[in-house]
Amino acid sequence: MKTTFIAVALALFVTQPVAAQNQNPNQDLGEAMGQAGPVEDIAIEGSDTAETDGPLRGTVTDESALDNLQLAIPAFAAERDVATAANARGTAALGAELARVVFADLQNNGLFDPTGPDALPKPTYPQITDPVWGMWSMRGAEMLVQGYVRPRGDGKLVVGCYLYDVALQDELVRSGWVVPPSDWRRAAHKCADLIYSRLTGESPFFDSRIAYIAETGPKDNRTKRLAIMDSDGANHRFITTGRATALTPRYSPDYRRLMYLSYVDGNPRIYIYDIGTGQQTLVTQSSNPTFAPRWSPDGRYILYSMAVNGNTDIYRVSANGGQSERLTNAPGIDVGGSYSPDGTRIVFESDRSGEQQLYMMNADGSNQRRISFFGGRAATPEWSPRGDQIAFTYIPGDFNVAVMSANGGGFRKLSDGWQDEAPTWAPNGRVLQFFRTERNTGRTAIYQVDLTGENLRRLPTPVDASDPAWGPILP
Amino acid sequence: MNTRIAAAIVLSATISLAACKSGAPDELPPEPGVSQPDTGYNDGYNNAGGVGTQDHFVNAVNGQNVIYFDTDRYNIDTADAAALQQQAQYLAQYPNITVTIEGHADERGTREYNLALGERRANAAKNYLVSIGVAANRIRTVSYGEERPVATASTPAAWAQNRRAVTVVIN
Repeated sequence: MKTTFIAVALALFVTQPVAAQNQNPNQDLGEAMGQAGPVEDIAIEGSDTAETDGPLRGTVTDESALDNLQLAIPAFAAERDVATAANARGTAALGAELARVVFADLQNNGLFDPTGPDALPKPTYPQITDPVWGMWSMRGAEMLVQGYVRPRGDGKLVVGCYLYDVALQDELVRSGWVVPPSDWRRAAHKCADLIYSRLTGESPFFDSRIAYIAETGPKDNRTKRLAIMDSDGANHRFITTGRATALTPRYSPDYRRLMYLSYVDGNPRIYIYDIGTGQQTLVTQSSNPTFAPRWSPDGRYILYSMAVNGNTDIYRVSANGGQSERLTNAPGIDVGGSYSPDGTRIVFESDRSGEQQLYMMNADGSNQRRISFFGGRAATPEWSPRGDQIAFTYIPGDFNVAVMSANGGGFRKLSDGWQDEAPTWAPNGRVLQFFRTERNTGRTAIYQVDLTGENLRRLPTPVDASDPAWGPILP
Repeated sequence: MNTRIAAAIVLSATISLAACKSGAPDELPPEPGVSQPDTGYNDGYNNAGGVGTQDHFVNAVNGQNVIYFDTDRYNIDTADAAALQQQAQYLAQYPNITVTIEGHADERGTREYNLALGERRANAAKNYLVSIGVAANRIRTVSYGEERPVATASTPAAWAQNRRAVTVVIN
């Protein structure tokens, strides 16, 4: 007991807010990238009778109905073919690219088997709101995604997106967005989200980003860099140069900051990187190692793990700094932690029983209790953004990704690799990513799988990849 | 290049010695070339061999600058204690020398847990040294988790080599 009190006192003393920018000359950061603004919604022309009731067909768990659906996605039409910063060949070429991104999103998701713009006739601009029903019907299309792109006076692009039921000859849903040319892909992802949500009844997830660790080099001298990309792997960008090992990034809920572990000063420490300014700060000023950073769902709090005299506990600190509060005090390794979407509870990992298992506690650290009893070890719990599931690394021997309900029941294994670990949720809680390490070579890659365990696929990344952290839907 | 080769020779000797003591990994180390021996060398270290160098330390403690752990464990067994006693003697003889103890884990763990585990192992070694008279402020610890393996195979023998705490002289 005495050591516990001493450790608490120590922790409080050494844990101070860090307002000043990190002055370390060995900074490992690349150029600041600035922060893009939110996408503006805009009302677009179309039928006023669009239905807004429930999903049309099936759900994610009943996908047979969806992959039989004949979904046609022809090139988006350009009002006029004019120059745009978004595409060197003008807005007409951009229209085809927009449709290709929508097509790839819906196809790679695995639920649909759409036909894309390169295999379909190109509608004209007036036909976007007045489809040639007979032609699409003859081609066997049941659902039709059409869209247009139109430059606005201020240099931004207006992108419209429509979903039609060909048999009913009816518009099901439409939406429009205004994006700067550099963000044209976001309009396509928003269109894919619109279609996905309308057809499945699930929340959107394509218009989101992923932070991860890019890995290169041999197993015993690996370079690990903080990197980010869109949910489809586009707009890839390295944040750190690789001089120092970077690990375990997490996007803040508003996408303005990235929290991650870096060895930039020679010790494992958590830093908060401000994406807009390119500056970074320590989460807490401490001579002790800090790791496993996590945001609260509202972005106001940070959970981190800190080892004091070899004993690791979970702490909470305001995202604006201030005094840290120690949430766990069991002897052993208490690490990680993931908030319930409402912020009232935290699921975390502890080896207090002798091996890694999952525990639940209230947000203030009270009422700690074990929730994993499946045989084998359990680690890296992540609460679904929907609140209904917890994903984790399940270790019966090999390392797999599994899910369970928040009360500890409903265990299901989703992957079957040699070493699959650290699941992260898509914003809609229906798709997960994790990283897979290859035996012997140590090579790593990010994989994606549905909550059903179906549609496993490897994400294309420029180099090896680990520690994916999926952010929410972009603002 | 020469220093690297020289280091490799010393390191090979270290691994052989380590394998002989009871606390070392049960399995023999893999054949040369399969994995690289480890004693905490980096290109940045001064390997000239005088007092204050890693070479001098490793030679003086007969290669016992690395201790090994069982899976998920961090206890100091009798072989580890013998190694740490040699290290303590050296530190008593050269009171101006400070060291870093690097804690490591094998790849068969989750990343964040392994960071905590490496820290636990480094601290176990540090606490033992302190308990036999080394001043705590002469010992820094750092955990590398599973990030710096010395044996690169995915075998129990390689993992046993990677679950270690390495004492490194700070120049």
